[in-house]
Amino acid sequence: MFGLDKKDTTLLLVVTLLALLAPFILNPFPEASALAQFNAGYPDLMQRFVIYGIFAVGFNLLFGLTGYLSFGHAAFLGVGSYSAVWIFKLLGMNVLPAIAFSIVISGLFALLIGYISLRRSGIYFSILTLAFAQMSFNMAYSVLTPITNGETGLQLTLSDPRILGQQATADGSIPVTNLLPGLEMRQSVQLELGGWLFTFNTGYYLAAFFLLLAFYIAIRIFRSPFGLMLRAVKSNQQRLNYTGIHTRPYTLAAFVISGMYAGLAGGLLASMDPLAGAERMQWTASGEVVIMTILGGAGTLIGPILGAGFIKYFENIFSKINENILHDWFSFLPQGLQDFVVTIVAPFFGEGWSLSMGLMFMAIVIFLPGGLVEGGQRIGQLFRRKPAAGDAASSQTTPAE
Amino acid sequence: MDAIILQTLNGLDKGSAYALIALGLTLIFGTLGVVNFAHGALFMIGAFCAVTVQRILTLSVITLDPNKTDFLGNPAKIKTPYVEKFFGPEIGAGIIDWSVPLAILFAIPVMIAIGFLMERVLIRHFYHRPHADQILVTFGLAIVLQEVVKYFYGANPVPTPAPAAFAGAIDFGVLIGFDPNQIVYPYWRLIYFLFSIVVIGGVFSFLRFTTFGMVVRAGMADRETVGLLGININKRFTIMFGIAAAVAGLAGVMYAPINSPNFHMGMDFLVLSFVVVVVGGMGSLPGAVLAGFMLGILESYASLNEIKAIIPGIDQIIIYLVAIIILLTRPRGLLGRKGVMEE
Amino acid sequence: MSKSNLTRRGLLKTGAVAGAGLALPTIFDGATWAASHSGFTNAPQGKTVTLGFNVPQSGPYADEGADELRAYKLAVEHLNGQGDGGMLNTFSSKALDGTGILGKKVEFVTGDTQTKSDAARASAKSMIEKDGAIMITGGSSSGVAVAVQGLCQEAGVIFMAGLTHSNDTTGKDKKANGFRHFFDAYMSAAALAPVLANKYGKDRKFYMLTADYTWGWTQAASMKEFMEKEGWSMVADVKTPLASTDFSSYLAPVLSSGADVLILNHYGGNMVNSLTNAVQFGMRDKMVNGKQFEVVVPLISELMAKGAGANIKGILGSSNWNWKLQDEGTKAFVKSFGTKYGFPPSQAAQTCYVQTLLYADAAQRAGSFNPCAIVPALEGFKFDGLGNGPTLYRADDHQCFKDVLVVQGNETPENEYDLLNVAEVTPVEKVMYKPDNKFFAGGNLGQCNSGA
Repeated sequence: MFGLDKKDTTLLLVVTLLALLAPFILNPFPEASALAQFNAGYPDLMQRFVIYGIFAVGFNLLFGLTGYLSFGHAAFLGVGSYSAVWIFKLLGMNVLPAIAFSIVISGLFALLIGYISLRRSGIYFSILTLAFAQMSFNMAYSVLTPITNGETGLQLTLSDPRILGQQATADGSIPVTNLLPGLEMRQSVQLELGGWLFTFNTGYYLAAFFLLLAFYIAIRIFRSPFGLMLRAVKSNQQRLNYTGIHTRPYTLAAFVISGMYAGLAGGLLASMDPLAGAERMQWTASGEVVIMTILGGAGTLIGPILGAGFIKYFENIFSKINENILHDWFSFLPQGLQDFVVTIVAPFFGEGWSLSMGLMFMAIVIFLPGGLVEGGQRIGQLFRRKPAAGDAASSQTTPAE
Repeated sequence: MDAIILQTLNGLDKGSAYALIALGLTLIFGTLGVVNFAHGALFMIGAFCAVTVQRILTLSVITLDPNKTDFLGNPAKIKTPYVEKFFGPEIGAGIIDWSVPLAILFAIPVMIAIGFLMERVLIRHFYHRPHADQILVTFGLAIVLQEVVKYFYGANPVPTPAPAAFAGAIDFGVLIGFDPNQIVYPYWRLIYFLFSIVVIGGVFSFLRFTTFGMVVRAGMADRETVGLLGININKRFTIMFGIAAAVAGLAGVMYAPINSPNFHMGMDFLVLSFVVVVVGGMGSLPGAVLAGFMLGILESYASLNEIKAIIPGIDQIIIYLVAIIILLTRPRGLLGRKGVMEE
Repeated sequence: MSKSNLTRRGLLKTGAVAGAGLALPTIFDGATWAASHSGFTNAPQGKTVTLGFNVPQSGPYADEGADELRAYKLAVEHLNGQGDGGMLNTFSSKALDGTGILGKKVEFVTGDTQTKSDAARASAKSMIEKDGAIMITGGSSSGVAVAVQGLCQEAGVIFMAGLTHSNDTTGKDKKANGFRHFFDAYMSAAALAPVLANKYGKDRKFYMLTADYTWGWTQAASMKEFMEKEGWSMVADVKTPLASTDFSSYLAPVLSSGADVLILNHYGGNMVNSLTNAVQFGMRDKMVNGKQFEVVVPLISELMAKGAGANIKGILGSSNWNWKLQDEGTKAFVKSFGTKYGFPPSQAAQTCYVQTLLYADAAQRAGSFNPCAIVPALEGFKFDGLGNGPTLYRADDHQCFKDVLVVQGNETPENEYDLLNVAEVTPVEKVMYKPDNKFFAGGNLGQCNSGA
């Protein structure tokens, strides 16, 4: 289907189902239960899952295929967001032109940075991209404030021109982002089913549509001769050069495509919530997408999406579990024991979410060298026929370099 | 002229911190081939060694003073440090005053132990893993270390003053014929610079003049051959990891009076120190030191008002700009070798 | 499918719709939902009301966030009638009676702003969308405050700002749904300038180091304006990068520049480092132009003083509030906070506590949680007994006007909390300004939004 072989078609179908049914899958616990704290099926987080999924899939097109580790990819996401917000300020609140514009601008920015950075390889390339991204971040925070609104982040105001749309709504508010007139990004339909509550949000489904499109294109690239060439760059660039193949156009193309994915993600972020903060470009943000990709499984198709989901889940769900909630959980214990247990676990929840996340990183990298995808494979093998040991060996022993 | 002299001093001082951190990072990379993102955290732990020593020295007996009340109207608690009780108030206060220099003695064994532990328990399993995995696992470790420090010491910076004898600044300008107040520089920063020269000199002479160092250098150049000669290179490399941790730790201890330590200071230096190492050339120790001082000085010059007037915001980006220019003109940094980390 | 804005979750907790969802799923869209649920975002159902406390829990301001959270928990206790009641006993409005707000028990959810506008908005959104928070409060930087305020305006909930000092929060970026109790950079400068001129003399030359972002600029502009009015002249205003940890290269030229006062427009970790560095350079014991060289930090907080240690001694600055004040409200608050946690509260804690009480009181007086009922209840509201003396919530910009404290680093601290002394209280008339003042112009409150 769509020019994919059977395996890839299955994968695409699985991702499509996951994306469509996410409001159900992410809300497994009834609203009234104590575990509802772990539900992630609210619009903002679901949007973040798919948007960062797009970002990571794009990053993986560069890193997973060519092995070039860019440490400055957040710059493209940031530029994408700024471009989109500027369209909302100048033109109007329709998201499509904004997204298109952010893809184009990020692509151009990636072309410029890639053209320079790809003159070097290995860690020298990583540091060049890092340097460009940090320069962009520092300048966005200070000198470029007229364009970026610095610390606060670029926001919409009532005095923006919005020449193709309305400056303000009838009741004097800033208009909201929409897909079609009347179809706003923030609109939701709620479904109650027994003790469960599910939310279907317009913005989420738009982002999910783009994720599926991005994923489909990624599969096609992985399977194309172009993708093969990129893999060849990863395994031995020198040999390619000796055979007379000029690799730079290929890597540059991969870099720009991956920058455009980041721009799409940035544009979508701004479409869901029209604010672009400079921190989106900081090195920690670039590091985050590297982590998402490796954690999920670099070089695999679905890995980056899983990694993105994992990190965003931690950041948004674990950070909200405060001591009161912990006391609720352990309320079945006698008072003294309850306090003791809460004291022991408290450092890992709430404000300690980064501690738990650091520990999880380490555990995953140590025990699952292939990332979450490998974890999935191992679980899968447990359920499959017995002589699975041989399969496991063959799927794992491929050295990364 | 005075401004240039001042900023040169500043640059040397900033450069010493960069150079010390980058030196340890390069040692680990050159010997073990590991990209250690937890190196900034080691620097931070060094600074917290100084805080810990200060805390230990100020452990106090608490007595209630019925004549005074605290903010709630209860009898006020008077704290008397044990050292003051034990040695008498004056000598006791003197010891507390010298807590940062004393912390050096504390930090060396602690940092070497942490280094050994890190290498034996975690890093050794990553020698044959891709660099990306090394980066991820050490980055995870860095987060864990910094969160643990935050849990025990809080997020607020902890003031850790230098001994009173080194407080204040020297009017350098007067000594070389300028008017007063033209070139004023803090004592402790000058000490930091001298200290870093001693540590850097120590590491270089250790590598150059001892048999141990010779083997390590040989191992850095060609690990396999040295291994084939029947030398246990791994054990020596573990020791080098401990030394690198100690260098980062010492840089941290001595840095504590310059800026009050906080739990995220390691991350603030991490990116910068990687830039320094790469600009110096991966795997080159003299390169790391040279790049550290060079970037420190350029950063200081860029913050001159005259220069900022010509190019606004140049001080925000100078380090990255220089890094880009150097990497584009010298493909492997200042003193890097061919083929290191280019895949 | 019509206008449904940010949706509320957790309504099933309340049992109000417990019967729903048998054989047929009920499809709610915004209009029907709003109609049947009193027409505004997250209208509380059942016996509880949820407030969202959005404070920095990771990153450099985590300790300040922790103190804010302590204050919020205390406020919730007092609203629900537990504890000793704190400032509820001294508050001039007697609408609140310790039975929650409008008879509903107060519950809260917490989130981490990370002191990043993006993360703060994500966290606030999750409180609104997932937990059904009706009001968001907290934060410890102006960037975050402005970003979250914008979000709350869009979502139709009330935002009660925490620690935010930039002029823009209630100036250029003011919003109808947002309210600020904390003072601003303009008030700092207005309060500080006469005291500085009085103490250090009229004929002074000052040099400024300014954090290179929005808050730093508004602070620097305000200081320049007021110091020049006092006859001081500015030698230079040097911008320092936000990421700076070492300020030596910016401090080095100060002494030779001919300036005899250094003003540090820095906050948090930046301020701790720049002040520590300035003292290292021996600036506090130099004589320049025949006068004692002085260092001034316009905005001082207790946590910054703690981080700077002995370097803060004798330094002048301004604060929104200090636990050493002797009015009844302050005493009651310090007593209940100190008894619960063992140390006195910071100014961040006080502003957050007061904001929660003010919100609760407004809802109580308005008789509704509807933001569009609460906004008029707070606009032009005059109150007393909350630690700052008589205070006005001005209708034009949703900014509180009250006396401003000039504080000075304590030379002889008796314990680790005894770091700042109140040097002078500048009366509110001196720091008052017109809503269209040039530092605040360009903003527009817009209309209150209830999310309907």
